[in-house]
Amino acid sequence: MIDRLAKFVRDTQIWQSVFRHGYPDNDRNQSLIMFSSVLLHLHPVKIRRSALRFRYTMCLGGLSAFMFLLLTFTGIFLMFYYVPDTRQAFQNIKDITSNVFMGGLMRDLHKWSAEAMVFLVWMHMFRVFMTGSYKAPREFNWGIGVILLTLTLLLSWTGYLLPWDQLALWAITVGTKMAEATPFFGYAGPWGQQLGMRVDNDIRFLLIGGTVVGQSALLRFYVLHCVALPVLITLGMVVHFWRIRKDGFSGPL
Amino acid sequence: MSERNTTENIYPRNPKKSYALMELVKGQGFQTKKQPEDTVFVWPHLLYIELIAALVFLAGLLWVCTFKHAPLEDMASADTTPNPMKAPWYFLGLQELLVFFDPWLAGMVLPSLIVVGMIAIPYLDINPKGVGYWAWKERPFAIWTFQFGWVQWWVFIIIGVFFRGLDWAWYWPWDDWHQHKPSSGATLNDMNVILEGWGMSVSAANMSTYIMTIGYFAVFMVLPAILWRKFSRNLGFARYVTVWGLMALLWISPVKVFLRLGFNIKYFLVTPWFKV
Ligand code: HEM
Repeated sequence: MIDRLAKFVRDTQIWQSVFRHGYPDNDRNQSLIMFSSVLLHLHPVKIRRSALRFRYTMCLGGLSAFMFLLLTFTGIFLMFYYVPDTRQAFQNIKDITSNVFMGGLMRDLHKWSAEAMVFLVWMHMFRVFMTGSYKAPREFNWGIGVILLTLTLLLSWTGYLLPWDQLALWAITVGTKMAEATPFFGYAGPWGQQLGMRVDNDIRFLLIGGTVVGQSALLRFYVLHCVALPVLITLGMVVHFWRIRKDGFSGPL
Repeated sequence: MSERNTTENIYPRNPKKSYALMELVKGQGFQTKKQPEDTVFVWPHLLYIELIAALVFLAGLLWVCTFKHAPLEDMASADTTPNPMKAPWYFLGLQELLVFFDPWLAGMVLPSLIVVGMIAIPYLDINPKGVGYWAWKERPFAIWTFQFGWVQWWVFIIIGVFFRGLDWAWYWPWDDWHQHKPSSGATLNDMNVILEGWGMSVSAANMSTYIMTIGYFAVFMVLPAILWRKFSRNLGFARYVTVWGLMALLWISPVKVFLRLGFNIKYFLVTPWFKV
């Protein structure tokens, strides 16, 4: 009875339009599922048994990617309740933690997975270095990786300002203080003033949209954190994953 | 419409189509030296591992969320400045460097060089050995160099996170973290001032700091070529200069820490534009 029903469902046009093949329990279907699904297509159809060994990658790259997905999910949730306005932002966060259904959990999860992602990406890089996986032909993908790492740090850091509490304001104040010391482009940096940099036209001013961390900085960090950097890191990951496939995985023989 | 028909339409077994699943044949794969028995299907083998890893990690995160909540302090206010002001933990290594270097170096130039230097690694390492497994012995130079930077990065972070309290002074875990530390009383001197104290004229002292700085880099440029001739010749000129230039920079933080703690030196190079 159940078998008959299942067969009926599987034979409908709707089902067939979505799934191009039967359940992947034989070689042909196990190949087709990897071919026909854009997401699974990130993977090859078959891999060497030895590349499965947990001890080799410890899943660090995969978990970094998983953290990014989780952060996107929880981040979108938080965006429903958050307004990047210095008069509201702090109260929004308080409301999320105390009044919004599941809000506290979503914020905690967003926070801890962000920290975990930084750590995992560092560890992934460590793994790639220690297993010599950056050597030819994977030089370029290592470079993409370094950029992904930088973007990960910037994502974490721009998010740090958004709760608009004391921790946020002053951590970002210390951080952006560095920018004014940029050689040539910061007014307090070497050759900055010689090149006409002032506190209100240098690179720090560009970053925070003012001379102190205030409303413009909050808006800029919000846009960077929720739009610009996620888009960039997604592009980076697309290239990264593509190249892992094209360059071949370095796994043990 | 049977499943077979749909599949045939979308993935025709047509050798003229450049991307298609042609056929599955029994027998040897074209992976040289490897038997087909060595390979497994990604579905389900790898996907299971990925799923389990993700679920276990998610469970761990959820568990953390049950007892540790994301911090939220008082609302931001420009009127009260916290002491100490700390960057997020992953940047505290760089903030710790501010003790030893000016912001342009600790906050901008060194981090940029770290990024550039890291991207350069695969192009500088010409040793083809040790790919595909956790290796130590076959590439001692690469591993020691990397570890040297990696350990520095974490040591500075750990100091910044766990040992820096009020006024960015050094606090042990058992110290009273609400009590200001008396300032050490030691006065820090610039290298040229120290040299003047030894009887050098102002211009000679200034000149000496320039020469010593150039000398620092010169040692990194010359010594390896003498000590490791074959290794150096294999690197070639461009790689050699880059490798040892970056190496000199990799040593700059430990050297500065040593000069500061050992000899109370504030800057070892003073120019009209910047100080190091
Ligand atoms: C957002 C950050 C990143 C994500 C999501 C990511 C993801 C991945 C994944 C899923 C793999 C497959 C193997 C594995 O899991 O270890 C991989 C491999 C690789 N990653 Fe990353 N990665 C990131 C950052 C980096 C960084 C920072 C580096 C190096 C600086 C890097 C360099 C590489 C290289 C060279 C490979 C190929 C390894 C091999 O063939 O063995 N990646 N990455």
